[in-house]
Amino acid sequence: MYVVSAPFWYVAVQRVRKVLTHRTVPALALFSAFTFILMMFNIPLPGGTTGHAVGGTLVAIILGPWAAVLSVSVVLAIQALLFGDGGLTTFGANCFNMAVVLPMVGYFIYKVISGNSDINSARRLAGTIVGSYFGIIAAALVAGLELGLQPLLFHAADGTPLYAPYSLNIAIPAMAIGHLAIAGPAEAIVTGLVFFYLQKSHSAFLSRQASQKDEGKLWFVWAGALVVLAFATPLGLLASGTAWAEWGANELKEILGYIPQGLGRMSGIWHAPLPDYTIPTIGNIAGYILSALIGIAVVGFLLWMLGRWISRKKRIKQNPTSTGVS
Amino acid sequence: MTGGGFLARNIAGFTQALESVLVTENLCRISGFMQSLDPRVKAVTLLIFIIFVGLAQDFPVLIAIFILALVLVLLSKIPVAFFLKRLFIFIPVFTAVIAIPAIFITPGTPLVIIAGQAVITAQGARTAGLLIMRVVDSLSLGLLLIFTTPWTKFLVALRWLRLPSLIVDVLGMTYRYIFLLLHTTNSMFLARQSRTIGGFSGAENRRWLGRALATTMVKSQYLSEEVYLAMLSRGYQGEIRTLNELSLRSRDFIWMAFTLVAVSLMFWSIYR
Repeated sequence: MYVVSAPFWYVAVQRVRKVLTHRTVPALALFSAFTFILMMFNIPLPGGTTGHAVGGTLVAIILGPWAAVLSVSVVLAIQALLFGDGGLTTFGANCFNMAVVLPMVGYFIYKVISGNSDINSARRLAGTIVGSYFGIIAAALVAGLELGLQPLLFHAADGTPLYAPYSLNIAIPAMAIGHLAIAGPAEAIVTGLVFFYLQKSHSAFLSRQASQKDEGKLWFVWAGALVVLAFATPLGLLASGTAWAEWGANELKEILGYIPQGLGRMSGIWHAPLPDYTIPTIGNIAGYILSALIGIAVVGFLLWMLGRWISRKKRIKQNPTSTGVS
Repeated sequence: MTGGGFLARNIAGFTQALESVLVTENLCRISGFMQSLDPRVKAVTLLIFIIFVGLAQDFPVLIAIFILALVLVLLSKIPVAFFLKRLFIFIPVFTAVIAIPAIFITPGTPLVIIAGQAVITAQGARTAGLLIMRVVDSLSLGLLLIFTTPWTKFLVALRWLRLPSLIVDVLGMTYRYIFLLLHTTNSMFLARQSRTIGGFSGAENRRWLGRALATTMVKSQYLSEEVYLAMLSRGYQGEIRTLNELSLRSRDFIWMAFTLVAVSLMFWSIYR
């Protein structure tokens, strides 16, 4: 995993070095320290549980995605080395999930939703919340993939797994559920609240940061996100057996021993637009990748629509009298 | 009504972090064997051992490495009970989450059959054992490095290993400012707690938390600019210079020779 993270670190160092020069070192150090503190916060969640946030998306929104890659990596390094949490050998994987995937995906979604809207708009705020939520979910899914691939890649001759023993259809849902329910909301709440407060009380700070921030060319972030997605796509082909949450009613019956009532009724109504995620005539592999691309496009479009909708609502609210006149 | 509990929990967390780092720093100052080694030698040799642990697949070798780690702990005058406590904080969680299920889900020869259903396989038990032993070993070696190397010395070693100076400088300064920010946020929580009677709703706590974090963020931004000016006024030109001159001593060479012999012996015992 060090090998996968290395190019991201390299590009991040190059970008940050080029743009921010000497000022970089203290600024990055202070923001890394801030990220460290943020991770320590114990956040009360609705429903009485508590959780911790990573803050990668927040740092990416304020400082730019490349600076976020560096500062979250620095924090993870200090945690691994000083506090002994998170071993040295898993440091590469941890960094890839939390310091590369998380801020990149989070920032990408934030960008798609917020577009060119005003820094103080509700659309920006929605972007931070949705972005940070899905940023951490993406990180969790990638972590699940890494864990799940290990028994496929490393096992002894008699089938004894050498490292983590879980297969993909155990590892991915295990990671996803915890993050959908606890870590995701924690991240979204923290990112949203901090951004909201900054909008209210420190909008000068926000807009100054926005003008200084180096996001590289935006296509770079796009490319990064697509690479991550494309990475993930062929893994679906590797997964033998049933993929999580793609069970038909019959497979559910095999697994659970019965069909949940509601689902039994629903299965007659709902037919997936692309059943089994393959377009029959193209062949399985190409079809799978094509379905994934269509899926990405649909999600992207929905996000864009959401952003449009929120910004229009906001604009009407701001100038109720001057609609259509400019 | 989670107001008081929520504040207290956070304050306790901050204090614990500070304490654990201070204890570590004190251990680094003891004059023991590992503390007296050159940080570069220590980092590289322990890394070799950790990589070896990742490759090793049988119990005698893994147990031998653990014993070696314990001997080094003794030679470095680190309290063994303290060391074991830090080591085994992580093991139960890890065991429950990863190792125990492995006993059951790994296919193979049945070893124990419980209620005709759950099957413990020989391969499963072996997998779980190996996993736990590997984690114990690499954690011990990692802790040994952490407990005997001051952060600044460690950074000199990283610099020597050709890590970009940007990263090493940021690592060094981050460490320094984590303490300042920990202190600042701790004061914020204490101040809030001292003004709190009864409790607040979860939503109110979350809003306050958001404000506290945002304020800390803006504060650290201003601070970074002041720090930058202070660095400039002390002649900063894009590179941090230190007075740490490292030189190898005879015990460094002895330790390197020992590592070489030990690793080749273990390698030979596995692949002969």
